[in-house]
Amino acid sequence: MDANTFFIQVLNGIQYGLLLFLVASGLTLILGIMGIINLAHGSFYMVGAYLAFSLSQHFGSLWLAMAGGVVIAVGIGLALEWLLISRLYHRDHLYQVLLTYGLILMFEELRSLVFGDDVHGVSVPALLQASIPLTDTLSYPVYRLWMSAVCLALAVGMYLLIQKTRLGMMIRAGSTNREMVQSLGIDIDLLYRLVFALGVALAAFAGMIAAPVASVFPGMGNQVLIVCFVVVVIGGIGSVKGAMLAAILIGLVDTFGKVLTLEIGGVRVLPELSGMMIYVLMAAVLLARPEGLFGKRG
Amino acid sequence: MMRKVSVATVVLCCCLLALALLPWFAEKYYIQLFTKMMIMAIFAMSLDLLVGYTGLVSLGHAAYFGLAGYVLAFAAPQYEAASLWVSLPLAMACSGLLALVIGALVLRTSGIYFIMVTLAFAQMVFFVFHDTKIAGGADGIYVYAKPVADIAGWQPFTLENHTHFYFVVLALLVLVYVMLRVLLASLFGRVIVGIRVNEQRMRSLGYRTFGYKLACFVLSGVLAGMAGYFAAAQFGFVSPDLLGWHQSGGVLMMVILGGMGTLNGAVLGAFSMMLLELGFQGLPVVGGMDIGKHWQLLMGGFIVVVVLLLPHGLLGIGRLASRLLRKQEACDA
Repeated sequence: MDANTFFIQVLNGIQYGLLLFLVASGLTLILGIMGIINLAHGSFYMVGAYLAFSLSQHFGSLWLAMAGGVVIAVGIGLALEWLLISRLYHRDHLYQVLLTYGLILMFEELRSLVFGDDVHGVSVPALLQASIPLTDTLSYPVYRLWMSAVCLALAVGMYLLIQKTRLGMMIRAGSTNREMVQSLGIDIDLLYRLVFALGVALAAFAGMIAAPVASVFPGMGNQVLIVCFVVVVIGGIGSVKGAMLAAILIGLVDTFGKVLTLEIGGVRVLPELSGMMIYVLMAAVLLARPEGLFGKRG
Repeated sequence: MMRKVSVATVVLCCCLLALALLPWFAEKYYIQLFTKMMIMAIFAMSLDLLVGYTGLVSLGHAAYFGLAGYVLAFAAPQYEAASLWVSLPLAMACSGLLALVIGALVLRTSGIYFIMVTLAFAQMVFFVFHDTKIAGGADGIYVYAKPVADIAGWQPFTLENHTHFYFVVLALLVLVYVMLRVLLASLFGRVIVGIRVNEQRMRSLGYRTFGYKLACFVLSGVLAGMAGYFAAAQFGFVSPDLLGWHQSGGVLMMVILGGMGTLNGAVLGAFSMMLLELGFQGLPVVGGMDIGKHWQLLMGGFIVVVVLLLPHGLLGIGRLASRLLRKQEACDA
């Protein structure tokens, strides 16, 4: 592997990692702050991708589709929290798993009813269709760079929101002691609803910007969900910083697992078993630090 | 109290009798359907041991179920039948070994972590079979012949016969049920229930809880393997779906639906889930919409409703009814 290919693969790995971060950060926030394990989080990613596909056909522009899609995703998030999730706060994790599992089945079938079971493609917006030439034969698409930039900007925005604003302070306080925050006169139900909607919107947005590079297909949500679980486990529950680090790590491991070849004792291990790489990483982290890289001990 | 126990026992015996007599009255289709339901009941009981008794919510239980199916597929050379006496213990041992390795890792975590990590490891097993060519990849492979139960030339039964198959599975269902009953009534059973209620307390009483939990995890994996072996043998086909997380979620739903922490509930849950699935699939086309084809939508909705309204499962309805009845009697008196 020469230096240019290596460079491109590093970029790809980071870009995949940043995308994972968008989905995983919502998952880890909902887990860490609200204590809800949300299996349907991957479905929101899928919903986002399908919204990008159908709305961009309808409006003729991916930009408008994204704007509309985010509004719809926030609406879905608020409605779901109000109708169902808010009834789960005092219940065992088991019931949270089951209810959100039921939601996955419903989202998958609704998707099948509304959009069908075909694989779709979404075209890259004209503004970002160019590629940056690296050598005579290799080039890197601008859209992927734009994706990484947007993900980074959102990550910084989220950090500022949670660490530096009054709203973020209330959210952090709410995750430590719900009753205390409530007795201080803060509408904690509304706060939780907003956090949930934010998580849904982030996952859906990730699906939307990923739609042009990865095709839009049934089951895409579940694939992402499991990888995001691994990200959250490695990073530590509730830690946005941990999710960021773990997501990039997984992005790189997964990307290089697919392009490198490795033989152990004459048996080709990579890329054949590249799908397993991230789980091996997870097992290693669990052995060393069961609470994740940035998780709280105890 | 005495009266209540005896009622439950009578009901149980009646159900068993009905199951034992079924092959004389039912057609082949129904015999095979009930065989499948009993296999799933064994699977559900194995998970109930973890979820309901030990308090370990595993969302990756299909891995042990599916692995045993694959072991059968490997043990049966193409177009040749495997020996039941060799391949069944082998399959259960492989599932147990997988449970031992995964269990040793995942039991370092608890709560939400445990759920996510069991799911992630099961997905790892899924990808091994899905992405590599060792067992037909995503397409799966056929198990052309059912295993033969051959003892030095004598065959006590033949699994190719669907009635024989039915009785073998029924016998195993009863065996697993009784074995778990005995186990749960023993000191071991008391300890694991103690772990669910308060692990800290059990540890300060001097029990090495990790060992108990791991033993449960492995036993549960072995029993899931038994169920998976017969599921693969009956279906004659194994694919990665057998170890996918829809399978894990489905069996968890069976345990909850019936009422977790009771073996009767796990069996009841397995039977009613499968019947419900069949019922949803059989729904007609209404107003241009094929409801039967999109049965998962109804199943998803059903699961949501059960979680919100029936936290103790179907057995909870019975309990609620008897409580209301007793209140009524108290009022009358």
